[in-house]
Amino acid sequence: MSTKNIEELEREFQAKIDADIKIEPNDWMPEAYRKTLMRQISQHAHSEIVGMLPEGNWITRAPSLKRKAVLLAKVQDEAGHGLYLYSAAETLGLDREKSIDDLHSGKAKYSSIFNYPTLSWADMGTIGWLVDGAAIMNQVPLCRCSYGPYARAMVRVCKEESFHQRQGFEIVSLLANGTPEQKQMVQDSLNRFWWPALMMFGPNDDNSPNSAQSIKWKIKRSSNDELRQQFIDVTVAQAEMVGLTIPDKDLKWNAETGHYDFGVINWEEFNQVIQGNGPCNKERIDARKNAKENGAWVREAANAFAEKRKKKELTH
Amino acid sequence: MTTQEAFYNYLVRLGDDSLILGQRLSEWCGHGPILEEDIALTNIALDLIGQTNNIYELAVSIENKGSNVDQLAFLRLEKEYTNVLLVEQPNVDFGYTIIRQFFFDVYRKLVFEALCNSSDERLAGIAEKSLKETKYHLKHSSEWVIRLGDGTEESHRRVQEAVNTLWKFTKELFFQDEVDQKVIELGLGIDTSLFIESWNQNVTNVFTQATLTIPSNSWQHEGGRKGTHTEHFGYLLSEMQYMQRAYPNMEW
Amino acid sequence: MSSKDWPLWEVFIRSKQGLSHKHVGSLRAADAQMAIDNARDVYTRRSEGISIWVIESKLVTASDPDESAEFFEPAESKIYRHPTFYNVPDGISHM
Repeated sequence: MSTKNIEELEREFQAKIDADIKIEPNDWMPEAYRKTLMRQISQHAHSEIVGMLPEGNWITRAPSLKRKAVLLAKVQDEAGHGLYLYSAAETLGLDREKSIDDLHSGKAKYSSIFNYPTLSWADMGTIGWLVDGAAIMNQVPLCRCSYGPYARAMVRVCKEESFHQRQGFEIVSLLANGTPEQKQMVQDSLNRFWWPALMMFGPNDDNSPNSAQSIKWKIKRSSNDELRQQFIDVTVAQAEMVGLTIPDKDLKWNAETGHYDFGVINWEEFNQVIQGNGPCNKERIDARKNAKENGAWVREAANAFAEKRKKKELTH
Repeated sequence: MTTQEAFYNYLVRLGDDSLILGQRLSEWCGHGPILEEDIALTNIALDLIGQTNNIYELAVSIENKGSNVDQLAFLRLEKEYTNVLLVEQPNVDFGYTIIRQFFFDVYRKLVFEALCNSSDERLAGIAEKSLKETKYHLKHSSEWVIRLGDGTEESHRRVQEAVNTLWKFTKELFFQDEVDQKVIELGLGIDTSLFIESWNQNVTNVFTQATLTIPSNSWQHEGGRKGTHTEHFGYLLSEMQYMQRAYPNMEW
Repeated sequence: MSSKDWPLWEVFIRSKQGLSHKHVGSLRAADAQMAIDNARDVYTRRSEGISIWVIESKLVTASDPDESAEFFEPAESKIYRHPTFYNVPDGISHM
């Protein structure tokens, strides 16, 4: 049996992480590391899947064939991202279907942003620009996270995500430079999505108790506030470039800090949305539940057929 | 009818089929029976929209009136769309969707195989590219027809019901009129009456493996090629055309 | 875990002639044919001329030449500590 005790194993584990050596599925790892990662990765996966819905519902109403095709491709990519992530979580012992059941019951969380409605075509641009933009900011550092399968999934995701943000900004730019109706549509869209996008980065650092340990384990590479500030600095410049106004009267460039000062986030709204009281939480979860229930007979049929085929093969 | 008019109408029919079917499949996004199948259906929808775009590009260049593909896709009136009735039928459930897809895929593969030899080089090129995609669509739908037909009692019942309901839209796949006569004469288009037996054989072959039967009542519905649609079509158009109608003459 | 869930498959792709197959991830499928079809959709995005291998995850045997293996696992083990790779007899609950 073991001549190493837990402390030694934990020391060696942390040393690996500090030396940027990747942790792979069968390596020893603290139970808390495994659990935290499973939760983080599955939450990320759930977000991709739920995220298909607010955009998916505009595919049938896309205003041109080209936009219809690009939106189809984007949403398909998101499904694929969900799959890569579930796949990474499975390597830690997660059961995908059980995790999905937790999503449906409210036990598992997903990104708050997807609980907001997509009310106009312009939202397709705004989501690509802001939501994918925020996601990229979070995901690029994760390409260097300590857990091998998650890091590799992130590399794959990031390759595809940059196309998403670019095509989103292309739509925003086109509308912002378009007819008065289109300008109004995209400004209205920005007004509705700006603050929820900022909330995507999570609570302030002093309200994020688990962040320090996650940073030590390199499954989180920057703090919430750092990423949020980075996002604001980059995005405000982009908005100015296309003549759109950020809906924050307190937004101001601070020459001393070299960053934008910005207004107070409505944390009550954030908490309510996370708890399930956002504009579309129920619709999103119902849609996912229905998909699973309505598909039960299909999955059972596929299983039954596979069994029959196996039996046939054995008797030949 | 001039050659140009006939060829234009012929191409629009080909493109309308994939436009409407692509539209129907897009409705599945986020609602598939399992994530992997969500990707598969969206993949097929994307291929079909891509085919539509290529076919419409050729059509508007033949028409030579300076139209663009979006005007063709979004601004015609209901009687001007000439897709077959099969493709506008609602998704209902995964079984109906797969049966509708299967009937269409067997047909579309035969059409593209033959169109690879069209006397119009551009159409032949489109057919060659689309054939690769269609072969994969047919593989996917055939496998599912068999899985569901020979799966559980419930799945068998559901897809047999779908077969019984959708069978009446299958003969229209082989509808031909003066438009087809004209393009067949010039080798631009193909005579689908030559494929009916092949289509039936392929369908029967898969149905046998799926333990499915072809309905005995062979009463058929048609009208799509002449612009007379089913009741579902109006709703589909309302959704598809909304943006172009509400915000006319804008760039997207 | 419901017995009705589709099994997990590992996917290997050769993206170009001359390269070897590379492990790219996993997916759920009811049978091998479906696994190949899904792998094509998920991991190749319609690319041409590639080769796909799929194998049920539970059929892969892993060896880890890492010192921890001696202490916690038999020398050859499953690739993941996944509950579904281990058959639990009927009637056993909470597992």
